[in-house]
Amino acid sequence: MSAAMSWEIVIGLEIHTQLATASKIFSGASTAYGAPPNSQACLVDLGYPGALPVLNEQAVLMAIKFGLATHCKIAPRSVFARKNYFYPDLPKGYQISQYELPIVQSGHIDIFTENGELKTIGITRAHLEEDAGKSLHEKFERYSGIDLNRAGTPLLEIVSEPDLRSAAEAGAYMRKIHELVRYLGISDGNMQEGSFRCDANVSVRRRGDTVLGTRAELKNLNSFRFVEKAIEIEAERQIELLEDGGTVIQETRLYDADRNETRPMRTKEEANDYRYFPDPDLLPVVIEPAVVESIRASLPELPDAKRTRFMEQYALSAYDADVLTSSAGLAEYFEAAVTHAKQAPPKLIANWVQGKVIAALNEDGLEIGESKVGPADLGALTDKIADETLSGKLANEVFEALRAGSGTVDAIIAQRGLQQITDQGEIEKLVRGVIAEHPAQAQQFRDGNAKVLGFFVGKVMQASQGKANPQQVNALLRSLLTG
Amino acid sequence: MCTASEFHPVSLTPEDVQKLCALARLEIGPDEVGDLSAKLSDIVRLVGELQAQNTDGVVPMAHPLDQAQRLRADVVTETDGSSRYQANAPLVDQALYLVPKVIE
Amino acid sequence: MHEQTLTELSQALAQNRVSSRELTAHYLQRIEKFDTTLNSFITVTGESALAQADAADARRARGEATPLTGIPIAHKDIFCTAGVKTSCGSRMLDNFISPYDATVVARLKEAGVVMLGKTNMDEFAMGSSNETSYYGPVRNPWKHDCVPGGSSGGSAAAVTAGLCSAATGTDTGGSIRQPAALTGLTGLKPTYGRVSRYGMIAFASSLDQAGTLTRSAADAALLLQAIAGFDDHDSTALDDPVPDYGAALHTPWKKLRIGVPKNFFDDGLDADNAAAVRASLEVFAKLGATIKPIQLDHVHLSVPVYYVVAPAEASSNLSRFDGVRFGYRAAGVNNLDELYRRTRGEGFGAEVKRRILTGTYVLSTGYYDAYYLQAQKVRQLISEDFRLAFADVDLIAGPTTPTPAFALGQKTGDPIQMYLNDIYTIGANLAGLPAMSIPCGLVGGLPVGLQLVGPHLAEEQLLKAAHHYQQETAWHCQTPEAYA
Repeated sequence: MSAAMSWEIVIGLEIHTQLATASKIFSGASTAYGAPPNSQACLVDLGYPGALPVLNEQAVLMAIKFGLATHCKIAPRSVFARKNYFYPDLPKGYQISQYELPIVQSGHIDIFTENGELKTIGITRAHLEEDAGKSLHEKFERYSGIDLNRAGTPLLEIVSEPDLRSAAEAGAYMRKIHELVRYLGISDGNMQEGSFRCDANVSVRRRGDTVLGTRAELKNLNSFRFVEKAIEIEAERQIELLEDGGTVIQETRLYDADRNETRPMRTKEEANDYRYFPDPDLLPVVIEPAVVESIRASLPELPDAKRTRFMEQYALSAYDADVLTSSAGLAEYFEAAVTHAKQAPPKLIANWVQGKVIAALNEDGLEIGESKVGPADLGALTDKIADETLSGKLANEVFEALRAGSGTVDAIIAQRGLQQITDQGEIEKLVRGVIAEHPAQAQQFRDGNAKVLGFFVGKVMQASQGKANPQQVNALLRSLLTG
Repeated sequence: MCTASEFHPVSLTPEDVQKLCALARLEIGPDEVGDLSAKLSDIVRLVGELQAQNTDGVVPMAHPLDQAQRLRADVVTETDGSSRYQANAPLVDQALYLVPKVIE
Repeated sequence: MHEQTLTELSQALAQNRVSSRELTAHYLQRIEKFDTTLNSFITVTGESALAQADAADARRARGEATPLTGIPIAHKDIFCTAGVKTSCGSRMLDNFISPYDATVVARLKEAGVVMLGKTNMDEFAMGSSNETSYYGPVRNPWKHDCVPGGSSGGSAAAVTAGLCSAATGTDTGGSIRQPAALTGLTGLKPTYGRVSRYGMIAFASSLDQAGTLTRSAADAALLLQAIAGFDDHDSTALDDPVPDYGAALHTPWKKLRIGVPKNFFDDGLDADNAAAVRASLEVFAKLGATIKPIQLDHVHLSVPVYYVVAPAEASSNLSRFDGVRFGYRAAGVNNLDELYRRTRGEGFGAEVKRRILTGTYVLSTGYYDAYYLQAQKVRQLISEDFRLAFADVDLIAGPTTPTPAFALGQKTGDPIQMYLNDIYTIGANLAGLPAMSIPCGLVGGLPVGLQLVGPHLAEEQLLKAAHHYQQETAWHCQTPEAYA
């Protein structure tokens, strides 16, 4: 433990997120996932002689959106540069990226640390570049097979300042960025499909040192869990190494999830000289202030702002607000339901969304946008609870009926006669009947066993097929049992 | 980092040439290296004449045009041309371009 | 027929005095007769040429012909031509059949030209003598033991020898103008961005421009009309409207101020060349132009700047040639590194390798600022010189080359000597300016070229000046006796 306290871990994350454009950043080929190999690689993507790049407008707009959402400066003039190296999945022998003049710089985003404290993480820059293709090493005995469908897909590379101090912070930052790009609609953030990738630069130093230690770059981190585990295990490795008197080498390491360890990468560009220079096939990207302002005006409400508003506007707890704003779709659903409801308090609707609605989605394997129970129906249902037409248990039945497509809330209630019984006289009749049938328990209650009330409530609900208003039943039982 | 005025390269050694060949992925025979270092040294000396020119405050020119990059609408315009394109490929199997196996 | 200009042939076709098929067959015969000696063609597309000729004649019969319909031309083998071998003069692309047409090719095809074949060139456009081609050197029709110039040497030789009526070329440091000067042709390099680079195999992207080699300025105007203009496949293409170049030739002669750079007439310039160029300036004076000396302060640094910038861009542009998706692939490779090194070592010739290595060097860490960045700054200075000069003059004139055509093998041993051939032409590429070379004399039986440079988008003024000169003189009508 003392070892951990005397060492500080310093982490910077480089996140590559694929932008959700229809076509590639420099060509008109499709970016759709899962197509047959090389069916979406056109002349430009293949680096054919004579082919030339032309820049996708949407990629630029998406990068600007990200920059505005993270308080970055948008470069009025940015330049594409060639990063030169040889690898089979890089058709031109260079990647078109941005070097000295990226499109977006100097921003920040807030995260919650493990201690629940708010911490600001700096974003050094975000720049546009093209993705490489894919190498398949397992298909052939003596060969690697190259699929260039992915070559040319737009990427936004987001570089954080080395402000992160633990694996947990790194995980929190990564999740925040993940949520943000999905909220902005600029990426689907699908880590399984490779549209959200993370590299971590990890170094350690003695607590109190101001100089950064030598860092290792960790690659192949394709889940939130792996990022945190890889960072932890790498930090451990470096600390052990240094405590044994060794030195950390600056290198690229891969994370092996099966063995939970990192190992040096064998190929790719180790001591490579990328010879960056401005790409002469592309002109500087000039962005007018008016364009930036119109994009700013079109930005959706961002997660943090939405969270705060939900807490204030709907009197929700932080936890509830967190869950409901965890995706733009869920938040939209919730607010639509609130809008449709005439009486149901937002808290009630929030409980239903977090409970039954989400459970149903998970069971059915659906996204919120595909929910079988729409927000209008949910609003109507919770209204019926609020005005006491339905008891809790029967409301569940109605929900299931809605889910099965059995009609509207009103129709279902009418069809099945689920209307709550609130007529005092009727309830009294039921209560008296139940008390009469169970004299022993009635005596127990009079003798002071308060718990037996539950037994009577159950019996009354049974007798009324669950329709008697529970509060009235309770009140009448108490008065009739004691009276 | 050297400034332009401090820089006086005169010639490239065969070692320098080998390093460049590695970066550029060019196989050069041992008999070629000597001649190549001599010729490259000549070229380096020629372009070294640039060092004498004062360029304080001059903006480097990357393009002769003073224009901004045009933006293309985000529309898919290409269809699958792989059968035509792969007709030129030296080695293809199952629509994949093949290279000697790479171990990562 | 082959002595006629494209303009004259166009009229002959229009008046049905000759058919495209007759013309095409005639040129194909001449190619067969003369090209074994000249080696100006890499690929002759005889069968398809005749088919295109027939189609052109049919189009004419339907009344749908353009001035270029049925005209047999050749394309420099740097332009991608669909279904036809496109080698760029290199072993690396010896087996490459392009799946698409370059924009230049497509536009001329649409106008109805007949493509006779693809012409020889310095490998990947790197050269000034057409001696670096994988397919062997090209001979100058004026003197067979002399070079035709480069890199568009094949196009130049073919037009001069009457093997085609005109040809396309590309010019990065002088590769149209210099061969035009050495073979007595009119060579036009338009403003950078005036003609699309899509489908034109890249050498130095910020310098490359497509252009024409023809027998006259009027011919150049006809071809430029078809190929100039915006192309959404090329981010560096200009979208300025394309004027009527033909009309520009004939509009009245306005007062013309011609600037002549003092520094061009130095020791490096052959005395007879200088005399021929001065004589041509007197013709302009007679035609009413004002000739005034100008100073281009930094133009003596053109060659060093070029030999940093062009190889740097080329070293990157040629990285795509790796034996994976197209082109040459070395046999019997055991690992990836070998695949790259041997494919590129065997596929590229010596000059290409030298330039790739030079480019790699000037871009490397530690050298980038001193070389590449410095070169781009000096480039800015050179462009500024031209801009300032054009405030006082309309065109700049001078020699195109320091000497007439030199002997084959004379300069191949010394790259620097070869590079100095471009000393007068490079400036226009660095500044992106339009420029032409037109024949202005014969020295020892070899042609001399006069270079005219204009400000951005001044093709009309250039063509008009050249045209008027060609109305006054007959140098452009001279052809080598053996090919008359």
